[in-house]
Amino acid sequence: MRLELRDITKQFPGVLANDRISIAADRGKVLGLLGENGAGKTTLMNILSGLYRPDSGEILIDGEPRVFDDPAQAISAGIGMVHQHFMLVPVFDVVESVALGSEPVKGVARTFDRATARKRVQELSSQYNLDVNPDAKIEDLPVGVRQRVEILKALYRKSDILVLDEPSAVLTPGETEELFGIIRGLAAGGTTIIFITHKLNEVLEVADTITVLRRGRVAGTVLPNETSREELANLMVGRDVELTVARGEAHPGAVVLELKDVFIRNDRDEVSVRGATLEVRAGEIVAVAGVQGNGQTELVEAITGLRHIDSGHIKIDGVLVDQAKPRKVSDLGVAHIPEDRMRDGLVKDMTVAENYILDSYHREPYSSGGRFDRDAISREAAKGVQEFDIRTPSIQTHVGSLSGGNQQKVIVAREFSRPVKLVVAAQPTRGLDVGSIEYIHRRIIEQRDAGAAILIVSTELDEVLALGDRVAVMFSGQIVGVLTSDQATKEAVGMLMGGVH
Amino acid sequence: MGRWTPNFARLNSRRFGSLAIPILAVLSAFIVGSLFLIVTDIPALQLLFSGQPINFLTTALGNVVHAYTALLTGAFGDPARFVEALQEGTPEAWATAFRPLSETLVAATPLIFTGLAIAVSFRSGVFNIGGDGQFVLGALGATAVALLFRDFPAPVTLIASLLAGIVFGMAWGFIPGFLKARTGAHEVITTIMLNYVALQIVQLALRTDFMRPATGTEPISKVIDFVRVPQLIPLPGLRLHWGFIVALIVAAGVSYFLFRTTKGFELRSSGLNLTAARYAGMSAGGSIILAMVVSGALCGLAGAFQVLGTVKQMSNDVDSGYGWTAIALALLGGTRPGGVIAAALLFGALNNGGHEMQIETGIPLDLLTFIQALVILFVAAPELVRKIYRLKARSVDSGVALEEGAAA
Repeated sequence: MRLELRDITKQFPGVLANDRISIAADRGKVLGLLGENGAGKTTLMNILSGLYRPDSGEILIDGEPRVFDDPAQAISAGIGMVHQHFMLVPVFDVVESVALGSEPVKGVARTFDRATARKRVQELSSQYNLDVNPDAKIEDLPVGVRQRVEILKALYRKSDILVLDEPSAVLTPGETEELFGIIRGLAAGGTTIIFITHKLNEVLEVADTITVLRRGRVAGTVLPNETSREELANLMVGRDVELTVARGEAHPGAVVLELKDVFIRNDRDEVSVRGATLEVRAGEIVAVAGVQGNGQTELVEAITGLRHIDSGHIKIDGVLVDQAKPRKVSDLGVAHIPEDRMRDGLVKDMTVAENYILDSYHREPYSSGGRFDRDAISREAAKGVQEFDIRTPSIQTHVGSLSGGNQQKVIVAREFSRPVKLVVAAQPTRGLDVGSIEYIHRRIIEQRDAGAAILIVSTELDEVLALGDRVAVMFSGQIVGVLTSDQATKEAVGMLMGGVH
Repeated sequence: MGRWTPNFARLNSRRFGSLAIPILAVLSAFIVGSLFLIVTDIPALQLLFSGQPINFLTTALGNVVHAYTALLTGAFGDPARFVEALQEGTPEAWATAFRPLSETLVAATPLIFTGLAIAVSFRSGVFNIGGDGQFVLGALGATAVALLFRDFPAPVTLIASLLAGIVFGMAWGFIPGFLKARTGAHEVITTIMLNYVALQIVQLALRTDFMRPATGTEPISKVIDFVRVPQLIPLPGLRLHWGFIVALIVAAGVSYFLFRTTKGFELRSSGLNLTAARYAGMSAGGSIILAMVVSGALCGLAGAFQVLGTVKQMSNDVDSGYGWTAIALALLGGTRPGGVIAAALLFGALNNGGHEMQIETGIPLDLLTFIQALVILFVAAPELVRKIYRLKARSVDSGVALEEGAAA
């Protein structure tokens, strides 16, 4: 079916979220909807799925104007949503999850007709090449497969228009590739697809047309083969963006971080880092590449004092920190940008100011003798907000209500507010839009040029190559190679990441 | 209902947002309470069934107004008595006028302490269900030390006894805190169990000759008449004592501790996001123990004041479920010290005013338990209150707007 949105406008108190947005997607085509966080993508999709009513504008399906009062009407009109955060019941199996809400029934008691549902699920999964075990429990499935269950759920409801909201945010690179295969298959079968993302490479790879949103408006509609990453980034942000931040030559100094033969166990008591040896010098960036789950998480936790090591040693600035606590490590001048900002880096129900002092609250000028100096806290937090361009209504706003990019800036501002000798940054730009990525990369390079030693851990190859003066690759708990930035090509690093060496 | 909407919407602005739900919850509880009074008002219902609906309504509503008026005068005093007192000017007349208010504050005092205790624990992400045990042991400790120190000057005895209450409560809070920090034993289980242990300890202690009066066999202590917490209003027969003022000061202290000290910050951070607290270099175990110790200390102090200032005698029923009511108060007060005080005053007023209502109208005290339960129910189900009064779901809406606005 052909989907068209015409002049959709939606106003929230103080924000014009959608300003006369028009988009169109033909039957069997993939429309890439690109925009930064806060550009109005989600609002637009909530309108399409019947959660919000637009203030003005119309929704046309095959040329017919439609009005959705609630999500049920949108579903019956053939619109299926796959949300960024899955809406599945962990203890249900795949058949139950897919059928939930529109279960086939049998007999006078109208009990759940599992056999029929199971058959449909199997038909759909073979028809669209969605490889899923219908009897597996949701909680046992990896995220990539859970997403397929969500897609199956939409197809089960006979959706002709499928909306995928940031579908790759939770996937590994391999899973993302598989998802693209599924999307192409669905489109070839006649399903109209709207693919929402902020990742440039993805729309270029999978979309037939690309509509870019910026601040609630359509910034442009382009064809993938007639555009470039640079043009898309420019449309998204409204200015030229350096996708790879320029950095001068590194001038490595003394060794700041020293890992020698480090063995670490993970939470399941398996040895997940086996004999890592690495040095990071002042004034250089060492980027650790690797597919998620090859020991990087444990390595970072060990360096920052959150995890004990089994054997070997870790020295920061010559001080042994094998069994040190996080406080001691940060006292040595270590800035830590954690992998999962909502879990580790921020307290979402606390204010920007409180999060700004989260790991230095016990120091001057924020407190003395165990008592806070509120004026100093407000002053410093306001300074940080200004210096790091954190877009927040005030420093008393809860951090949880900021966009991802601004949340990450709160962390970076906080960590760089102290004198820093070593920066340990894990997935520093995960889930962020290009503007924020550029900004955070720039700040990290600034720290390097100011003489800090920098360890970046990232699963994004682009990021590793953009930042690393040296690139270390982790595979199966070992550092399988350290390349200079000249040697570190996509192919060379990719091979090592895959365990080929 | 529609015409009311704008007023409530205004209530829901940032400043009033956090107050709207509890206030409307209390209002709703009273409305449901009055409906309950009407449908159980047999004489009035007889009017309805004999075909006099107007009479039924006026009679039933009249009875509701009568009951709630009695409740109010029982809780805060009768204006007529104040007029009398003004005319007569005798201390006795003033005492009569002030007695209801005094009794309300007496009832609220232990509730403020225990409500604060539970609020501190909730803020820290620890569920102290053992307020009862900490309360009775605090009371026991205070009694024991008072008896031990009875020959010392009264002020010394008083201060030593109050400190003993704090220490006993603290100790009873420390045990589950330590167990949780060291072994991961869940504090809900351990605190509940320690409640029973505490009650048994009290039983045991009350059988000793040291505690027992010379005559009598009931499990009840000697009367603590040799030490008294000074009266707050110097009128004859008013029981209100300085414990109430101490409770207010302690509330201010708790507020200061939670929001202006580094330890309080650690507790709140641990309560909201334990992994982030660890990341930030805070000691999770330390926070748990500190939260339980502070919580226990406050409950113990409540027990000490109750026995030394109000009931003057240790017994099995020195606590009337304060540790449990405190959980409701902490929730009703939004775990904020100011909110806890307001909630405690409300419950104190209901408990105390209820007696007057029962005497005046014959409506049993249970109605007030019913209303208290409804208050909790409405507070625990904010969505219900929002639906009834057509309030906007503030957190969700403003969240969306902020997200869009902040990123734009």
